[in-house]
Amino acid sequence: MPEPLLRVENVRVELPIRRNVLTAIDDISFTIGPGEVLGVVGESGAGKSLTGAAIIGLLEPPLRIAAGRVTLAGRRIDNLPSEAMRRIRGREIGAIFQDPLTSLNPLCTIGRQLIETIHTHLDLSPAAARDRALALLREVGIAGAEARIDHYPHQFSGGMRQRVVIALAIAANPRLIIADEPTTALDVSIQAQIIALLKRLCGDHGTAVMLVTHDMGVIAETAHRVAVMYAGRIVEIGEVAEVVAHPRHPYTRGLIDAIPRIGGRRQRLRQVDGAMPRLGEIPQGCAFSPRCPEAVDRCRRQGPNLLPAGGTEAACWLYDKVLLPA
Amino acid sequence: MVEPETLLRVEKLHRAFDVSPPALERLLQRKKRATVKAVDGISFTMRRGETFALVGESGCGKSTVARLIVGLYRPTAGRVIFAGQELARLRSRKAAAPLRRRLQMIFQDPYASLNPRWRVKRIIAEPLRTHRLIVNETALRERVVELLRQVRLSPADGEKFPHEFSGGQRQRISIARALASNPEFLVCDEPTSALDVSVQAQILNLMKDLQRQLGLTYLFISHNLAVIYQMSDRVGVMYLGRLVEIASAEQLFASPRHPYTRLLLDTIPSIEATGQAREPVAGEVPNPIHPPPGCSFHPRCPFAKDRCRRERPELIYAGGTLVACHAVEEGRLPVASGMLRTG
Amino acid sequence: MAEGVFTAAAPVRLAPKLRRVFDSDLWWSFRRSPVTVAAAVMALVIIGGAVFAPWIAPHDPWDPASVSLLDASNPPAWLEGGSWTFPLGTDNQGRDVLSAILYGSRLSLFVGSAAVLLALLIGVTLGLLAGWCGGLTDTIIMRIADVKLSFPAILLALLIDGVVRGMLPRDAQSEIASYVLITAIALSFWVQYARTVRASTLVERNKEYIQAARVIGVSPAKIILGHLLPNVIGPVLVIATINLALAILTEATLSFLGVGLPPTQPSLGTLIRNGNDYLFSGDWWISIFPGVVLAVLILSVNLLGDWLRDALNPKLR
Repeated sequence: MPEPLLRVENVRVELPIRRNVLTAIDDISFTIGPGEVLGVVGESGAGKSLTGAAIIGLLEPPLRIAAGRVTLAGRRIDNLPSEAMRRIRGREIGAIFQDPLTSLNPLCTIGRQLIETIHTHLDLSPAAARDRALALLREVGIAGAEARIDHYPHQFSGGMRQRVVIALAIAANPRLIIADEPTTALDVSIQAQIIALLKRLCGDHGTAVMLVTHDMGVIAETAHRVAVMYAGRIVEIGEVAEVVAHPRHPYTRGLIDAIPRIGGRRQRLRQVDGAMPRLGEIPQGCAFSPRCPEAVDRCRRQGPNLLPAGGTEAACWLYDKVLLPA
Repeated sequence: MVEPETLLRVEKLHRAFDVSPPALERLLQRKKRATVKAVDGISFTMRRGETFALVGESGCGKSTVARLIVGLYRPTAGRVIFAGQELARLRSRKAAAPLRRRLQMIFQDPYASLNPRWRVKRIIAEPLRTHRLIVNETALRERVVELLRQVRLSPADGEKFPHEFSGGQRQRISIARALASNPEFLVCDEPTSALDVSVQAQILNLMKDLQRQLGLTYLFISHNLAVIYQMSDRVGVMYLGRLVEIASAEQLFASPRHPYTRLLLDTIPSIEATGQAREPVAGEVPNPIHPPPGCSFHPRCPFAKDRCRRERPELIYAGGTLVACHAVEEGRLPVASGMLRTG
Repeated sequence: MAEGVFTAAAPVRLAPKLRRVFDSDLWWSFRRSPVTVAAAVMALVIIGGAVFAPWIAPHDPWDPASVSLLDASNPPAWLEGGSWTFPLGTDNQGRDVLSAILYGSRLSLFVGSAAVLLALLIGVTLGLLAGWCGGLTDTIIMRIADVKLSFPAILLALLIDGVVRGMLPRDAQSEIASYVLITAIALSFWVQYARTVRASTLVERNKEYIQAARVIGVSPAKIILGHLLPNVIGPVLVIATINLALAILTEATLSFLGVGLPPTQPSLGTLIRNGNDYLFSGDWWISIFPGVVLAVLILSVNLLGDWLRDALNPKLR
């Protein structure tokens, strides 16, 4: 079992606001192996984007990491001074965000942005940097790279811009990429192209990816393992095929059942009543208990940790061996 | 059996937007006027009680069609005939009022579609007050409570402000407002696209129940094919302002004909395709200011021939569906197997 | 019986509303900032004094009967030669400076607030029209605004004042002087409201709740007043609060220059002007005290406006 590339242990992210302190992410732990694609799926407000931001050190104050540690290739990165973190950002960890329109500086040509990134992290001559930029553009599938390298972002379409953003992310050959909803703002037919591109690049370079999205379909096609988040905690984590085919946690089950599919009889969609609690309204015990069809008293008193559930791990008392009859 | 009446007829609908640079720039830089043909000759009909879906990617014009039908835009050519009357021809607000009562709309963004400064009960009562359907305050209050219950919210929610609700609940409020004047026809512009998956299921189920209870007719706009599969009877596929295929939902998903429809169905990331590798079709939607001549899909179409580059295809009957494709007309297209496994 | 229910219900409904105000984030942020609280206290003191002037002023300085030259040029009470009958001293005619300040602030505040309100009325209306109608209406209104902006406020006020003076007989002038002044100041200020409201209107106009109202068939007037207005007025209120200080200052400047209020209705500015002549002959209290009051009033209103702007800014919350 190879040493994991990224290790997140018991991380808690807090948000102090006017009168009290809210817990945005509550004690999450997971690992990402080298070259692995981990999908982090959850609905809005679950804390998946915050997780990515916490790892890469881009939490906006007053948000802060209040507890736990993040280690990259054995080296602790959550407590680094900002200068050291800046060097890691880009060189070891790359990032792709949701909106390609705002990820690129509209006033600089994409060539300049690429070369600037390359210069920041790699020691290359200007000519070599430009060559590398051209090679990157070709690798992400932008035709006519020699001409387009001097174009501005507004001269590209949405899908093309996202390819440029991917090129920027892999420019310094990072070992891990955090992709936060990379395909959500794109059309369906372009989504497929971008997903295929990400898969191919990560296969070729051996880059690990933390893919954050709300779209279970994208995760099913791209990821090796998936972590399901709810109200700031991970409720289930395991191999994608297993989680999709046999979800263990009641929330995961509800989530997968609610997804409309093509094929089969058109009947009522299975729905989960209620909504995810907002920050500051998270109930005691298991955050999902008010909506859970299988909740018992214990669920309302105490929140479970991830427990092995035969194939995956689920944070649910249903899988507590102590409770199950022998 | 009585044939259900045709409630909506759209005939050769056109809507163009002027996106020219300002006059001074045109003068100094010799730029030409530019127009975007957002809707470029759309025709279809809808029967009472059915759900007709318009599907397509961003920029295909489906939202513009929705707004043309409810009268937010005027057509540049063509007609929209609802229950035998043309909304665009009615000049005064008073003349249009009876028609507007029967035709309402639900919007995509649950956060922008409710006035943040109004209480929910005032929002829902607005159609009733505008059309003076109920004048007595007590009766008005009762009707608002009835509507809240119908969308599965509690009567006490009427006193709150929109920001106190989640996205799904706001969409319920929008639905309650749309139902206040007892309409027959609802235009739903991507009503669940901004919602989480589990909330989407609640809203779609609610909409199906309401349709059954109240005998509503839905024009359902979406880019999500799976949602359309669940919700609609018939589907129209749009590309760059034109309808390329109209078929019943079963036929569309079982045997899609138009190459673009096939592309759409092929590229949906789905759970069933876990771990599968897919080879997606290249290309992107072209710039609507300069659409390709002839068939607008031909740059991306694997079956494109010379005729496709010159001549715009019309919708023709082909095996029970309407398709606008030369390759289909000429019998060049192999039969595709869609997403539904028959038998 | 019904009345009893009614009156009993009213305070019950008020209490939770009051509680909501004191519980709210706005109040909390107010209490948290000592500068703002101090500013509010100062402003309240001056405004209170101005409003209740007829009742709390020790003398009526503009009643010729109660003024005697024998009391002229008394220094403030704590200095040699002063007395507590005239706590802040008297001017060259024997009028009590404290009372003059109280009545003067009254007039200054009246003119200032009325000017701001009139400017709001003009500016918000024109801004809404320009934003909603667009096209030619928008262009015309905005070009008028541009022309107006090319005139400095004082110059414009002088212009209007001068024209009206020329048109009216002398005695009518004093009567309506304050109204002319209010109009002149309002006409200098309306543009920023119009611009802000127009910008917000352009943004809100395309939002779905406005489209929903149009689909329902609501009349444009009801949409503008019922839907748009409440949503665009926020930033304007903040500007208006800060502008109140500027309006008072403008009025003071105009009065100081002699083209504002007539000497029979002196505002703080006029008082400063009157006392200016005696500044270097040793009777400093005649213009310094009104000056201090004016400065404190403007400063506190300004600080309150700053706090309001920050408190209402959702991004800073």
